[in-house]
Amino acid sequence: MADLAAFQAWMSAFAEEVSTHAEHLTDLDRAIGDGDHGSNMARGVDKVAALADDGEYPSLNAYLKKVGMTLVSTVGGASGPLYGTFFLRMAGPLADVEDPGTEELGHALRAGVEGVVSRGKAELEDKTMYDAWAPAVEAFESSVDDGTQAALEAAAAAAARGRDSTEGLIARKGRASYLGERSRGHIDPGAASTALLLQAAARTLA
Amino acid sequence: MKKFINDPADVVAEALRGMAAAHPDRLRIDHDQHIVYRKDGPKQGKVGLVSGGGSGHEPLHGGFVGTGMLDAACAGEMFTSPVPDQMIAATQEVDGGAGVLHIVKNYTGDVMNFEMAAELAADDAGTEVVAVVTDDDVAVQDSLFTAGRRGTGVTVVLEKVVGAAAEEGASLSDCAALAERVNASGRSMGVALTSCTVPSAGKPTFDLGEDELELGVGIHGEPGRERRPMASAREVAGMMVEPVLAELDRAGSEGAIVLLNGMGGTPLIELYLLYGEVARILEQSGVTVARSLVGNYITSLEMAGASVTVVTADDEMVRLWDAPVNTPGLRWGV
Repeated sequence: MADLAAFQAWMSAFAEEVSTHAEHLTDLDRAIGDGDHGSNMARGVDKVAALADDGEYPSLNAYLKKVGMTLVSTVGGASGPLYGTFFLRMAGPLADVEDPGTEELGHALRAGVEGVVSRGKAELEDKTMYDAWAPAVEAFESSVDDGTQAALEAAAAAAARGRDSTEGLIARKGRASYLGERSRGHIDPGAASTALLLQAAARTLA
Repeated sequence: MKKFINDPADVVAEALRGMAAAHPDRLRIDHDQHIVYRKDGPKQGKVGLVSGGGSGHEPLHGGFVGTGMLDAACAGEMFTSPVPDQMIAATQEVDGGAGVLHIVKNYTGDVMNFEMAAELAADDAGTEVVAVVTDDDVAVQDSLFTAGRRGTGVTVVLEKVVGAAAEEGASLSDCAALAERVNASGRSMGVALTSCTVPSAGKPTFDLGEDELELGVGIHGEPGRERRPMASAREVAGMMVEPVLAELDRAGSEGAIVLLNGMGGTPLIELYLLYGEVARILEQSGVTVARSLVGNYITSLEMAGASVTVVTADDEMVRLWDAPVNTPGLRWGV
């Protein structure tokens, strides 16, 4: 059941993943950015995880909007607007849905990823989080007939592959783009945190 | 890591408390939202100037709040853009009925957060906002395949010049046009001798050998054009000034406003020595220096290094540069 409680469990699991890997995310960011992705994400997702205890949300839509605004307000950097926009846009297709089926969840994921694209204007192989998002949402959509759990697992695996694919790329967006050729050989930290988000979804959301 | 801090997580909040204690006559600080306001604002009928960015570049931006410069500065976490909530609050607070100019340095995070602030503020309506993005760092060469030239030293000149214009009563559209003109007339280039250490990371942002320099370093320790063997001040001045002049349109300019900026960890005696070399190269290149400024104005924590900014100024820009300013970071004519 992908109901409100499952989404809240997803956010708690994401917070755990980020907390476990915060130092790794920061190390990735030190290599090609400014070395704060782990601490910035941890600050935001801890706030998001705490939302579950804050009280009742009238709808899934309201909860996801709150998650998005919380991330925008607490993460900062580029990751705040990007993750924030993902959840704000994901809320759209779930406006009147409290327990989305696999297909509805796919639509919501797609809307969220389109939000990431419109905010960040990244294309595939720019070495950004979109390189994890794009294969994830495609894998989810092509596994819709297998049910939510299988689709989420496919998405998480595809996101991990997308994350790993950024290692060989030259960055064309964000702070890493200033490195040019020197950005090759490093995994993009945003793609790494996106893979964690989808891993957390596969553990909790179905 | 050895720093004057209590807890890495509290650095920005505690620095703002210290700033409030040091400048009670000029500043009013919102400690919940981390916004620095000029004490005598908002001024009715005056265009409000709001800037902001990651902390760690002091005096930019909070130190440039006051008469003749900024009305508000939003302080982000260390080297991290502030968030839209701060920008929206600052915009509403400084609106004196003549609109608000956002001054944004071209970094992915800053641009996205200011854009979101403008979108979210549009729902509330009321305040007219125009944004200007500074992008003067010539270290970033091919902007088609990058996030574009970074905003750096020209931001200081822009905040001073446009701040003076706003103080004189210039309209929002005039302030925005002037801001675009200053940005288009200025170019910068930086060099790092050492890295900086972000308190929450606890380790240097990058590794640079004892015998190396990073040419074209960014203000967050982003790598530049290339790593070179350490060189004399005379040679380093050439490495910085030549690419700046190569990308500067000097047609019709009466003189230049030149900023020799320290990154935070270089003593003033070296900055003056370096400025002497810079001034000599400029003179040899036929550039008349109308006004100069030497010191730490847009820093990168404790990084040793310097940057040169040259703005080809017209008489109007020079006049506005000379106008009175009373901020913690720049103060003259008052």
